[in-house]
Amino acid sequence: MTQVDIPVESPVRPVQHLDKNFINHSKGFLSWALTLDHKRIGLMYLAGISLSFFLGGLFALAIRLELFSPGMQFMDAETYNQVFTLHGAVMVFLFIIPGIPAALGNVVLPLMLGAKDVAFPRLNLCSYYLWLSGAAFFIWTLFSNGLDTGWTFYTPYSTSYTDTSVIQATAGVFMLGFSSIFTGLNFLVTIHKMRPPGMTWHKLPLFLWGMYGTAIMQLLATPVLGITLLLLIMETTLGIGIFDPQKGGDPVLYQHFFWFYSHPAVYIMILPAMAVVSEIIAAFSRKHIFGYRMIAYSSVSIALLSFLVWGHHMFVSSESTLATLIFSAITFTIAIPSAIKVFNWLATLYKGSVALDTPMLYALGFMWLFTIGGLTGLFLAVLSTDVVLHDTYFVVAHFHYVMVGGTLFAFLGGLHYWWPKMTGKMYSETSGRIAAVTAFIGFNLAFFPQFIMGSRGMPRRYADYTADFELYHRLSTTGTLILGVGLALLAYTLLRSLFGGKKAPANPWGSATIEWECPSPPPHHNFDHPPLATDPYDMERVEWDEEVQGYVPAVGHRPTAH
Amino acid sequence: MSDAHGHGDKPFLAHHFEDEDHQFDSGKLGIWAFLVTEILFFSGLFCAYVIYRAMHPEVFTFASNALDTQMGAINTGVLIFSSLTAAWAVRNAQLGQKTGLIVNLSITILCAFGFMGIKYLEYSHKFDKGLFPGDKYEAKEGAYGDESKGNANTVAFTSPDEEESAEEAEPGVAFSNGDSAEAALAEEDGEELAPWNDPNVPEATKRKLKIFFGIYFCMTGLHGIHVLIGILVLGWLLTRAIRGHFTPTYYGPIDFAALYWHLVDLIWIYLFPLLYLIN
Repeated sequence: MTQVDIPVESPVRPVQHLDKNFINHSKGFLSWALTLDHKRIGLMYLAGISLSFFLGGLFALAIRLELFSPGMQFMDAETYNQVFTLHGAVMVFLFIIPGIPAALGNVVLPLMLGAKDVAFPRLNLCSYYLWLSGAAFFIWTLFSNGLDTGWTFYTPYSTSYTDTSVIQATAGVFMLGFSSIFTGLNFLVTIHKMRPPGMTWHKLPLFLWGMYGTAIMQLLATPVLGITLLLLIMETTLGIGIFDPQKGGDPVLYQHFFWFYSHPAVYIMILPAMAVVSEIIAAFSRKHIFGYRMIAYSSVSIALLSFLVWGHHMFVSSESTLATLIFSAITFTIAIPSAIKVFNWLATLYKGSVALDTPMLYALGFMWLFTIGGLTGLFLAVLSTDVVLHDTYFVVAHFHYVMVGGTLFAFLGGLHYWWPKMTGKMYSETSGRIAAVTAFIGFNLAFFPQFIMGSRGMPRRYADYTADFELYHRLSTTGTLILGVGLALLAYTLLRSLFGGKKAPANPWGSATIEWECPSPPPHHNFDHPPLATDPYDMERVEWDEEVQGYVPAVGHRPTAH
Repeated sequence: MSDAHGHGDKPFLAHHFEDEDHQFDSGKLGIWAFLVTEILFFSGLFCAYVIYRAMHPEVFTFASNALDTQMGAINTGVLIFSSLTAAWAVRNAQLGQKTGLIVNLSITILCAFGFMGIKYLEYSHKFDKGLFPGDKYEAKEGAYGDESKGNANTVAFTSPDEEESAEEAEPGVAFSNGDSAEAALAEEDGEELAPWNDPNVPEATKRKLKIFFGIYFCMTGLHGIHVLIGILVLGWLLTRAIRGHFTPTYYGPIDFAALYWHLVDLIWIYLFPLLYLIN
């Protein structure tokens, strides 16, 4: 590998702050609403998905409070169905799927490439407005008849029996799908075409490898969801028979179509999370990431394998024995690249000088929770146990460990990690850490009991239960409240930093990726000249500088070939 | 606006690209990626088609008689010709031939309108015969071709697995032998009623004829929407071409729109035999 020369002496400290940055370089509502700047679009996404998360969280709280005791507390069964449906749909489509790519990715991805913007800035803005329209349709759903099909819109219930607003909701998801496709398309082209000089594929930061894998899945899987929902809408409005057996259709076909998207979608949710965690683990271990290529390739192999496992959602939906066997076997293989990542992160921590800053706490939490979530996934991939565990709280606990413990924690870790870069402000480390630990404890208390009650037969989606399960449900509700307190403290910490926080240096954590080379927050055009890319995990490249309270390029450091 | 993305002397070079080639290459990769998503978007429909045709081959061969092969063939020709003019337009743009570009784009757009016009005629013929998608479906006499001439094409309404029993059964009772709902149309026997209005034909069988039209209207309708989008895009590019925006160093949008147009054409080239030419 070629050595890249950087100047031996760097007597001038890099600029830490600028008077004119992307946040204040122009003013007024339209300068935001019509902006083509990826950073502003990212921040608008961040505001939108945070509100969606809050809304979905309120639904979650309502579910847990209703389930605190057996019998119906404050809602009837129909309302309960609507609340859990909207909780799932809002969280999945409005928050988790766009969360890391659209909000954090939009801000960070071009910066990491040293590029001035994503490849197609107008498409990027279009994708944001598609998201907004999709969200508006969900709000419409809320204020019309609600939605009670479950977030999966299974037919024929959704097409022929329910009288709730399936059309609005599916039309909303259709738009959100295209928003996701356009984001993926943009990122794919940006990563291909806008890398700075010196950034070969094997010097691509792992965050970008993760986003690349995500983009592949967004491009290839989401259109199938689009056409499926379009057919569902046609069936509901015109009565053509594709999915409803009464009309000559086949409901299992819907499940195949739906999961052909929605299983890759699970990885659309988790791959970006793994991508964030790879960055955080390396930065806060102050050590070169272990097994760079293995982590990078495992991202792409997860993306490809994700297309081959959708059938494991239909083990009990009249799938043939042969098909279940094949899907079960492929599902096991997907554990391999996931485990490769976890082992490499562990090896990175080993003998690193680990700093337990807030982002790192979330990343470590992610490793625990994702591992639990991933291993319990194997229980569900085994055909015989799945027959027992299917549609129980075991499944609920499993995917919450992956999606909340995995994606949400990584999202929050990434949010804290890049917060100084995005806003130019440092948050209170103490209250950030307290929030992280509280959320971790609350999360485990909320969802671990669900594994136990699920394995003892508590079915999912039921509004009521027998007294046998009361203890577990009470623990779970208590955990939810603790998690809520943690998240509230987190929101307070971050919002407070906007007004009272210290100014952030360009590189507060000592990371070696390019986005930390521009001032915090970055100027409108990010970089005047494309920076020269070297090894993104060469942590020796930067050293602590007392005066700027951050890291600056190390004097006299020559990069080593890795 | 402060977000202006121009380069001064190169008004259409966005600020975040190094040069025109960089911009063109990025756009090219982008449009190819988009075409891949388009193919997957249609793949759901093709998949549904394959499954239902495999399940009910007799329904597809029979119901396809209601489609007007002649019009479909003309439309195929129109679209292929428009693909030629679209490709020609790209060449014009590369060579900086403004007039040729305008002419070829205009012909492409006219062809697209022609396609939609013929499609409109086809759809209205179907609706006249009661061949609607979904619940409104109510096939009228003659909807599946002119039986009085003994059109051999209509013989096909025989389910493979029921063929034997249908042959053994007396004419006229073939449709009422139980709920198995598979029907045979013995065309040779002039007394037979067509299955869509024979009271003896079970509802389940009639419903299957509807499946074909559900799929037909979904596939051609979605394709038609893509033609409409193509008209909008090409129309916008035509106005830009008239204003002289395109040069041999900046012709990306023409190239990308032409690629999209070729895909729309290609999808029709699959739809035509799959729907019209089953026999």
